[in-house]
Amino acid sequence: MSPFRSVTLVARREFVAKVRTRSFLIGTVVIIAVLAGYVLLQAALFSDGQRSVVGLTGQAVQLADPLREKAKAFGIEVETRDVTTAENAEQLVRDDELDALVTGAPPALRMIVKDQGDDVLRNVLDDVLRQQVLAAQLAEAGLPQTIAQELQNVRVAVTALEPADPLRGERLAVGLVVAALLYYSLLVYGTMVAQGVVEEKSSRVVEILLATLRPWQLLLGKVIGLGAVGLVQLVLISGVGLLLASGSGVLSISGVGGSVVANGVLWYLLGFFLYATVFAAAASLVSRQEELQSVLTPISMTIIIAFVVGINLMIQNAAGTAVTVLSMLPPFAPILMPGRIAMGVAPAWQVLVAVVLALGAIAAITWLGGKVYANAVLRVGSRVKLREALRT
Amino acid sequence: MVEGVLEIDRVSKRYGEVVALQNMSFDVRGGELFGFVGSNGAGKTTTMRIALGVLAADSGEVRWNGKPIDIDTRRRIGYMPEERGLYPKMKVLDQLVYLAELHGMSTNDAHRSAENWISRLGLRDRRTDEVQKLSLGNQQRVQLAAALVHEPDVLVLDEPFSGLDPVAVDVMSHVLREKASAGVPVVFSSHQLDLVERLCDRVGIVRSGSLVACGTVDELRAGGTSRLVVEVPEAVNGWTEGLDGVRVIGSEGRRTVLELDHGVDDQVVLHAALATGPVHEFSRQRPSLTELFRNVVTEERTA
Repeated sequence: MSPFRSVTLVARREFVAKVRTRSFLIGTVVIIAVLAGYVLLQAALFSDGQRSVVGLTGQAVQLADPLREKAKAFGIEVETRDVTTAENAEQLVRDDELDALVTGAPPALRMIVKDQGDDVLRNVLDDVLRQQVLAAQLAEAGLPQTIAQELQNVRVAVTALEPADPLRGERLAVGLVVAALLYYSLLVYGTMVAQGVVEEKSSRVVEILLATLRPWQLLLGKVIGLGAVGLVQLVLISGVGLLLASGSGVLSISGVGGSVVANGVLWYLLGFFLYATVFAAAASLVSRQEELQSVLTPISMTIIIAFVVGINLMIQNAAGTAVTVLSMLPPFAPILMPGRIAMGVAPAWQVLVAVVLALGAIAAITWLGGKVYANAVLRVGSRVKLREALRT
Repeated sequence: MVEGVLEIDRVSKRYGEVVALQNMSFDVRGGELFGFVGSNGAGKTTTMRIALGVLAADSGEVRWNGKPIDIDTRRRIGYMPEERGLYPKMKVLDQLVYLAELHGMSTNDAHRSAENWISRLGLRDRRTDEVQKLSLGNQQRVQLAAALVHEPDVLVLDEPFSGLDPVAVDVMSHVLREKASAGVPVVFSSHQLDLVERLCDRVGIVRSGSLVACGTVDELRAGGTSRLVVEVPEAVNGWTEGLDGVRVIGSEGRRTVLELDHGVDDQVVLHAALATGPVHEFSRQRPSLTELFRNVVTEERTA
């Protein structure tokens, strides 16, 4: 029988055994629900923050068109509503039906708000008002209205040396979601590999398996099988997430979805092969599930630190030196690099360096971890010391 | 009909300062049931694990049909480890199919064989239950099925009878006999020496990592002292004193138990007995394997 068939058989068992469990189904559904909630929340905040409803009454009604146009120039969306016939327009403001109520006639315009007026909206109104007054004065003085037009177009030319990305917020959100998903996948599926190793060890089935398989075949099959489960879940989650995000209009970056998923998958694979072997080797040192936590803590901590520290640095400045260096180092790269790629701040050379370093680390870790695993997996009883497992 | 010999040839293994095996040698021929007995820690399990390649020997060789065992020939062995091991959350049928496939069977053959052993071992009602939900006795049956499901050419079973109820012991004995008569060499270890004596063609006794006795039970009996039980009601005490190499070691009611050194002719004793008067009983007392075992182990220890 070929080693390939052996590894395939092991991988298939691991995959089927895990996908069939209720926890896989529930876990996937819960994550999708959380993600959907997040996207919908974003969508709600997004439309709320950008759109103001302004009630106009009396003579102010004629300001509706210039107000909407001006607002667009300021980058906000204003919906105007004629509330002249409303009995108590102020009550509408109190009830949050209206963000602002505008009464009176130019130049004596009044804006009524509930607690705090929107500064942008006030600027828009001021501008509209100034234009109205100017137009009236020009007409009075018998001067052409083109003066008003010219005045309107006078602007200071701004040259940005480092132009801010108008989609920065969006990119940051995508980057954080990607980093969070990878963090989750690596931690959960890495732990699953560890639990699988200990399950085989504590149930002693490993002795039967190793009478027909070589340790590396068993280890590789397990890593591939569980890795595939994680991959399926990751693709499911990101697929649903992308559909939701583009459907609800939260994501406007065109074509970003495909490349983000591709990057996520690449880094999931790199990260998983890097961490899974470490998880498996650590788990092979102990014989019972209860002892597992103690050997896994250092590994989990590395992933958690990579996530927490990395996320904070990324939010501050994703192109900063610290996060740039960290994102190229193998233990942190699988979480930080895809996040930075999604944010569009990782130059190709950095990605390449990170991939090469990760591949190198995988080769070294697989060799070392495979050795520890092969030496320790049959030693049942007290915890095997790492030094002993590395010997011979 | 499978023909083959499993040879354990001068296998040694140390764990640090502790010698686990020292020049362990024996062979099991096709069609033979070989009982492997010894005190706890004598090296039975280590020998079996080395034969299965689960453990590496420091020196020596395990051969199958004259060739050192490698991963491919190892797949032809059915193995039941001392520490029972199955996936607790896997269903009985799935588990057996998986193990059969791992041992090189095609998926179809694996299914057929798994179903076959499930019904032969009386597990049909349990075939889709998780192993952890079975009673210990049924788990043992699944474990046996796991050793047999790939129709192995050699069987190596570590304590297959421990923890079995009498019915299961019969099932197990029957299956092992049947496998042996199909030409498969069967080695198993056990502490149930009466069972080994009844079942096995040959027995090997292990002590401190070496085989100290090996052969059929009769062969093991030969060469040692033998015992006679004699009932001579009219004899006076000391009627055996004139006989060389004969000692009185006890009496059971009116019967006297004599121990004869190796090579002493029992007919001489019979003549002496007849000389005292009527002889109501004159029989050889065949030492059981248990006694032989005890002798071998204590003999060596005092030596």
